[in-house]
Amino acid sequence: MTESGIVLPDDPGFGPDVQLDYPGYRSTRLRAPTRPLVTLPEDFHALDGPVFGEDAVDELDNDLTQGHGGDPLGERIVVSGRLLDDAGRPIRGALIEIWQANAAGRYHHEVDRHPAPLDPNFAGAGRCITDDDGGYRFVTIKPGSYPWGNHENAWRPAHIHFSVFGRAFTQRLVTQMYFPGDPLFAYDPIFNAVRDPKARALLVSRFDLATTTPQWALGYTWDIVLRSTPAENDG
Amino acid sequence: MSLPTTPSQTVGPFFAIGICRRAAHELVRDGFPLCGRLLDGDGAPVPDGVVELWSATARTWGRCGTDRDGRFAFIVAKPPAAAGEAPRYDVLVFARGLLRHQLTRVYFPDEDEANAADPVLSSLDPATGATLVAAADGDGLRFDIRMQGDSQTVFFA
Repeated sequence: MTESGIVLPDDPGFGPDVQLDYPGYRSTRLRAPTRPLVTLPEDFHALDGPVFGEDAVDELDNDLTQGHGGDPLGERIVVSGRLLDDAGRPIRGALIEIWQANAAGRYHHEVDRHPAPLDPNFAGAGRCITDDDGGYRFVTIKPGSYPWGNHENAWRPAHIHFSVFGRAFTQRLVTQMYFPGDPLFAYDPIFNAVRDPKARALLVSRFDLATTTPQWALGYTWDIVLRSTPAENDG
Repeated sequence: MSLPTTPSQTVGPFFAIGICRRAAHELVRDGFPLCGRLLDGDGAPVPDGVVELWSATARTWGRCGTDRDGRFAFIVAKPPAAAGEAPRYDVLVFARGLLRHQLTRVYFPDEDEANAADPVLSSLDPATGATLVAAADGDGLRFDIRMQGDSQTVFFA
């Protein structure tokens, strides 16, 4: 397949929506639903979602560099930001879970056969609960890029997977955070399945000197925005 | 003020290390099994998917990754019905190859009257609505989720 068959031209008409049947991402072919979605009554979108208390999280769960008897290899980073609704209001007490490859581009997962080393000091998973300002913070290492079988010479840009619970069930979001300036952006069908370049840019974190810790770790910031629920807008 | 919302991306194949670290498939302690398979457009099992169940009325939540045969299994109880609706669980489906998760519902097979009166279920044509009603299966229920095809499960927006 040619490069142009992998990445389609930008199309701002998609807005924040990812193209579910994006042809360049081969696995969508048998998995993206083919029948139109049925629209639910608006009040469904106001129903409260699961509530996760502080007991859902252990003390060191937001530090992926701890708990393994030694320091992981790679570039230590701090990833922080805020969870907001589209009116700019903080979403407090929400569970955020992350997972990622190690610095060599290998996941601590039995299905991952990429011939890059595993790191005994890095499991690659963390979680936290957002604070009163909707803030979250993880300490981790910068993940490596890795090859995948989607097409000839396919490589994923470095990314961290995020799973986010909002206040309402229909605010649920699973996505991926990328790093600024990645040379693989132009070749990645998953990233480019978000067809609007402005929306795609929202998946890219920002290097941040203010959260960079001297002599210790680079800082990246990334805010996550979920749509408001009808009930909140009534208020 | 309206901020642009963050787009979705696929959960990918390696999510188990992040979101299936702790067993979360028992929504209640003394319930019955709700089991099923996640199937792709060829009817083949999806071995790298995650199913989440949630009830707004019972305030319960759970999730389960699929196994190599696409199977998921929960322990549930029938949640209370909201006024004018049939009892149900709301269901979210995530998988490699699915760039945004899908929302569906599972209704109970022993609730014919309530199901017929449910505003959402009754708005669907009967064959389509039938994809949302679990089947009795021994002591529990079976509910298969089909991502595509003529018998595709109804997904909601």
